[in-house]
Amino acid sequence: MSEAPHRHAGSSALRAAETPVPEPAERKLRCAARGIEKSFGATKILRGVDLEIPEGTFAVLVGPSGCGKSTLLRLVAGLEQADKGTITLAGRDVTNLPPRDRDVAMVFQSYALYPHLTVRENLAFGLKLRGTPAAEIESRIREASAMLGLEKLMDRLPKQLSGGQRQRVAMGRAIVRRPTIFLFDEPLSNLDAALRAEVRVEIRRLHDRLGATTLYVTHDQVEAMTLADSLWVLNGGLVEQKGPPLEIYERPRTKFVATFLGSPQMNLVAGKLSKEGGAFWAEGGGVRTRVDEERFGDALVEGREVTIGVRPHDLCLAKGDAPIVAELKVEIVEALGSEAFAHGWIRSSGPTFVARLDAADARSVRPGSAIPLAAAPSAIHLFDAKTDRALGD
Amino acid sequence: MNERKPGLLETILVHTVLVAAVAYALYPVLWVVTLALSKTGGTEARVLPLPRGAEDLTLDNFRLVTGVGDPEKGWLFARQLVNSLVVSCATALTAVAIATPAAYALARFDFVGKRTGLRGMLLTQMFPGVASAVPLYLILDALHLLDTRSGLVLVYAATAVPFAIFQLRGAFLAIPVDLEEAAMVDGATRVQAFLKVALPAARPAIAVTALFAFMSAWNEFILAATLLGRESAFTLPVVLQSYVGEYSTQWGAFAAGAVLVSVPVMALFYVAQRQLLSGLTAGGVKG
Ligand SMILES: Nc1ncnc2c1ncn2[C@@H]1O[C@H](COP(=O)(O)OP(=O)(O)OP(=O)(O)O)[C@@H](O)[C@H]1O
Ligand SMILES: [Mg+2]
Repeated sequence: MSEAPHRHAGSSALRAAETPVPEPAERKLRCAARGIEKSFGATKILRGVDLEIPEGTFAVLVGPSGCGKSTLLRLVAGLEQADKGTITLAGRDVTNLPPRDRDVAMVFQSYALYPHLTVRENLAFGLKLRGTPAAEIESRIREASAMLGLEKLMDRLPKQLSGGQRQRVAMGRAIVRRPTIFLFDEPLSNLDAALRAEVRVEIRRLHDRLGATTLYVTHDQVEAMTLADSLWVLNGGLVEQKGPPLEIYERPRTKFVATFLGSPQMNLVAGKLSKEGGAFWAEGGGVRTRVDEERFGDALVEGREVTIGVRPHDLCLAKGDAPIVAELKVEIVEALGSEAFAHGWIRSSGPTFVARLDAADARSVRPGSAIPLAAAPSAIHLFDAKTDRALGD
Repeated sequence: MNERKPGLLETILVHTVLVAAVAYALYPVLWVVTLALSKTGGTEARVLPLPRGAEDLTLDNFRLVTGVGDPEKGWLFARQLVNSLVVSCATALTAVAIATPAAYALARFDFVGKRTGLRGMLLTQMFPGVASAVPLYLILDALHLLDTRSGLVLVYAATAVPFAIFQLRGAFLAIPVDLEEAAMVDGATRVQAFLKVALPAARPAIAVTALFAFMSAWNEFILAATLLGRESAFTLPVVLQSYVGEYSTQWGAFAAGAVLVSVPVMALFYVAQRQLLSGLTAGGVKG
C-alpha cells in the first residue's frame, strides 16, 4: 500500500549516523497502545493494557462480554479518551487527536450506514469530507465495489439492502479510505451462521489482498482462532495472553484462557501432584494421569495443589492396555456424524465432564453406562490451584 | 407480522366499524360545509346535513367573509389571512430553529443543569397558555408589541419551543450514536457529524414538529384575542369569532370562514403526508 518497502534496505553504517531513528521493530508497528487505563465512573474497565500490531498483521482482540474489547477499539479510533497511556498509529502519537485526524477506518457492529445516503454516497462520504478529488473518489469506489460485489447496489438506500449487503457496504466504506489500520467491532454478529462463515473468509481474503493492518474485536472464539495472526485475550481489564492463536490454544497460560478457547470447554478438576517410581502423577476428582515432566520441569513438586485440565478433544475411549485416566458416567451422547461428545461426570459431586469420541466408538456407548477414558500425558494441562496460572510457564 | 386472509364476517364487521368511525368524524365537517354553502344560513336541525338541491347552494357566505366586491372591507380579509400565515410560519420556523440544536444537545451531551432544564420545560407544559395571558399582555405592552405580528410570534414561539424540544430530543435519541461516530471516524468534525448525519436523519421528525407548531399557532384563539385589538392585526380565529355575536350569530359566514381556515392546514397535511407518516413512526424501525 502506501508504505515503501525500505525497511531492510538501510545500511547499518547509515543508521548509526542518524541518531533518532527508532528501533526497526518499533518502526514496523502500525498500532501500539501502552499502559492504557480507562474507567467509566467508578468502574475501572481497562487496567493497563499494552497492544502492539505490526504492519500487515491481522490482530484479534477476544474476551468475554463486557471485558472492554469495544472500549479498547474505540480508544484506538479516538471515540473515547484514555485516562492513562499512549496510543501511536504508524509511529505517530495520536493519543490526544480526534478521530478524524487518526486515519483509521472502523466497521461497526450495527454497520452504521448513513440512512439518508445511497450506497455510493455512503462510500464517498469520508473521501468527500477529506477533499479527495472527484476522479480519485470515483476510481476508489469502483475498485472497492468491484472487490465486494456492490456494483448493482450503488444507488440503493441502506434500508433497501439485506443484512449481508449492508455489512459489505460497511466494509466498502472502510476500504475506500485506505486507512492506517482497519478496526472491526464484531462485524459478523448480526449475520446468520452460514453467512458468517462465508464473510469471515472474505474478510481474511480482503485483508491479505489489501496488505492491510487490522484490529478485529470479537467474542466468538471460532472467529478469533481462524482469523488471527496474533491473538490478544483480554480479561478483567488486562491482556491475559497474546500470541499466535494455535500457540495460545496449545499452551494457555491461565485457567481462564484455557477454558475460554476451545469448544467444548477444557475439563477441569482439582487435584494434587504425587511421585511414584520416579514419575509424576496428577490425581484428584476421579482423574489420575501421568504428566509431562519435560514440559512442567521444576514446577512439579510432590503434594502441590493443582487444577488438572484436559480438553475433550484430547480424550478418547481407552482401549487395550492404555492407562485409564478417568471413568466417565455418561449422561448424554451428542453424535455429530464425524465425531461424538459424551457428556457426564466422573464423581457424582464433580463438575460436568466432556469427552470426544470417534463416531464408531460412540455407537456402542449408552447413557447411563461408564466408559474408560485415556489421554496422552502431553495433553494434560496443570494450573496452580491458588493463582490459576499454568505450571511450567 | 403474519399475513392472513380475514374471513367474510370479519371483513364486514371491520368495515362496519370503520364506516361508523369515519361517519362520526366527518359528520360535523359535513355540517359546516353544508352551512357554508347554503343560502338560508339557518341552523334548523336536520339529521342529514345535505343541501336540498342545486338552487339552495350559494357562495354568498364566502363573499361575505372574504369581502370580495365589498369596497368598504377592501383587502381586510387578505391582510388577516396574511397575518395568520406569517405568524404561523414564523412560529414554526422559530420553534424549530431554536429547538433543534437544543434538543440535539440535550440528547447527546451531559452538562450542568440538563436535568433541571428538562424538568423546568416539562413544568411549563403543565400550565394552559391562558394562565399567562395577563402578564403576557403587560409585557407586550411594555415592549410596544401589542397588535403586532412579531409580538404574537414571540408569545407563540415561547410556548412552542419546549414542546418542540421534547419531540426532537426523542427523535435524536432514536438515532443511533454509531452513525455520528462513524462520520467522525470518516473525517467529520463534531459539528459536521450533526449537520451531515444527525440532522438529515431527523428530518421527518423536524417536519412533524414544524407542522405541529404551525398548527398550534394557526388555531390559537385566546391569546390572539387578548393581544390583538386592531381588526387589521387579527388572525383568522379572531376573525371567525367576530361572526358569533352576542345576540345573533351569522352561522353561514362562520361556517364559510371555518372552511377557509381549514384549507391551508389540509393542504399542508396533504403535502407533508409522507414525512408525517415516517416522522410519527420514527425510531420504530432501524434504517
Ligand atoms: N459509555 C459508557 N459508560 C459507562 N459504562 C460503559 C460505557 N461504555 C462501556 N461501558 C462499560 O464498560 C464495560 C466494557 O464495555 P465494552 O463495550 O468495552 O465491552 P465488550 O468487551 O465490548 O463487550 P461485548 O462483547 O459485550 O461487546 C462494560 O461493563 C460496559 O457496561
Ligand atoms: Mg463490544
